[in-house]
Amino acid sequence: MGRYTVRRLIQMVFVFFGVTLIIYAAVWALPGDPIRALSGNRPMSESTINSLREQFHLNDPFYMQYLTYIGNLLRGDLGTDFSGRSVAQQMGSRWPVTINLALMALLFEAVFGIALGTIAAVRGKVTDYVILFFSISIISLPVFVLAYMGQILLGVKAGIFPVSGINEGWLSYILPGFILATTGMASVARLVRSSVLENLKADYTRTAHAKGLSNFRVLTRHVLRNSLIPAVTFLAIDLGYLMGGAIVIEGVFNLPGIGQLLFRSTAAQEGAVVVGVASLLVLIFLLTNLLVDLLYGVLDPRIGYE
Amino acid sequence: MSDHVLSDNPTIVPVVEPMNDLTTQSSLARDAWNDMRRNPVFLLSASVVLLMLVMAVWPGLFAGWFGSGDPRQCDLAVSNNGPAPGHPFGFDTQGCDVYANVIHGASASISVGLLVTLFCFVLAVVLGSISGFFGGWYDAVISRISDVFFGFPFLLGALILLTSFSERSIWTVSFVLALLGWPTLARLMRSTVKSVIDVDYVLAARGLGASNWRIITRHILPNAVTPVIVLSTLNIGAFIVAEATLTFLGVGLQYPAISWGLQLSAAQSSFTVSPHLLIFPSLFLGVTVVSFVLLGDVVRDAFDPKLR
Repeated sequence: MGRYTVRRLIQMVFVFFGVTLIIYAAVWALPGDPIRALSGNRPMSESTINSLREQFHLNDPFYMQYLTYIGNLLRGDLGTDFSGRSVAQQMGSRWPVTINLALMALLFEAVFGIALGTIAAVRGKVTDYVILFFSISIISLPVFVLAYMGQILLGVKAGIFPVSGINEGWLSYILPGFILATTGMASVARLVRSSVLENLKADYTRTAHAKGLSNFRVLTRHVLRNSLIPAVTFLAIDLGYLMGGAIVIEGVFNLPGIGQLLFRSTAAQEGAVVVGVASLLVLIFLLTNLLVDLLYGVLDPRIGYE
Repeated sequence: MSDHVLSDNPTIVPVVEPMNDLTTQSSLARDAWNDMRRNPVFLLSASVVLLMLVMAVWPGLFAGWFGSGDPRQCDLAVSNNGPAPGHPFGFDTQGCDVYANVIHGASASISVGLLVTLFCFVLAVVLGSISGFFGGWYDAVISRISDVFFGFPFLLGALILLTSFSERSIWTVSFVLALLGWPTLARLMRSTVKSVIDVDYVLAARGLGASNWRIITRHILPNAVTPVIVLSTLNIGAFIVAEATLTFLGVGLQYPAISWGLQLSAAQSSFTVSPHLLIFPSLFLGVTVVSFVLLGDVVRDAFDPKLR
């Protein structure tokens, strides 16, 4: 277990450098001069261009630029955007929004996913097909379409939830969180359904029935407990994806979070912000994946590590 | 495909029986086909997929049913108007017929779905076989590269890579999506190749002096590729959705292309007053993706020996 952890950590460090290198290259090294693009059609003076190039190390060879950036990153310095605002500060005020959104989504995924999956498994064929049909329909629509539909039906028409901004506290997060959760919810439901079906046939379930436990107790204490492992690991992995999905949802619902910052900076070609946000999101993604792999062994002792 | 697998596999077809007597043959592929053709879900989803493919290749067949059928014949006077006689789906913001646009949009969306799947499949089969078959350094290098691309959250990676292209076509979008999508398939390919590398018929072929190329193409691939094909079919729908989402974010296809993603993305400014702009493209997109997903599901179940 110890050696496995160390090996995975080394692998993760390698992947982190690879991913950030590609992101950095995509943002800074490809065609299009980020400095000239700043001023649009009105040319900047050569001296301004030169000082900006100097400030962002654009005159250095590419690998030096990257190494400088990573060096600063490791010291916690994310640099500034073109107008001189600190990237770390811009992100700092936005993290809570994205984290609230992701946690809200995770909660919906867990509660509804597990409930729907269990119901689909234990309640006859019709219920099963209805739930299956809905979960496949949901994953077949782009999340922004679901978001629009949610806004029209539950926001504008029914007036139950606010459709934009975060001015109404946690209430503002319910609709976006739910929409963000839909895809994962469908996956959790399918995972739980198949493992509940499998565990319903297990010997220990028969034993539990035979010793006279009620159906409900067998289901909650024996079957569900063993069926939740795949769902829990999925939920943990999904946290990383939710951060990415937040790009779309925060855009549609106008939530001032990390995703919206990333999206706006991409459009505005604010390279430093894009690379900073993206690197941190990748780091979260990789860390959750690592945690899940380790967690898996703890939850299910049958799984061993080489 | 299935016949090819059969004839190349010496363990399953040891003698030269008359190959046209299809009913007596039995193999995973044939069992799967027998299962599938009686499955109503398969029949339904396969028909829809077929219909959409025809629509993608010959949009003119359907577009002319109502009105002129020309997606670029527009009249600003009817901008955002709802369904009217001759225009069952209404008009978009530019006053173009939504029905004609939705029919013509099938091509771009489905092309991206299929191209990404094809690119991923080729990359995965080539790289997965090399790393599974030769092992050693090849394996180490390919596995580390796949780790890196696997380390991208899908949407985030696509967003950033696509921003660096100023002109984006079906090809660039497909290329970027494939770049992020191949690692899962390649890992699967690598493990299936590894699982058949030491079986008797491969050793026999080696003993007979067959070249590596011949061993891989004639003996290993036919026995290792099925799971990869199955997983690929499951991914098509997801890639179609990904294209629409990226187009919505402004980094996917661009005008003057016609795609469901572009139509949905254009709907965002006016969908509260003109919901038909949202409903019809998403209906077509949704039905297509559901069909691809169900088709993939049925194919996977039919090929899963554990479920037989």
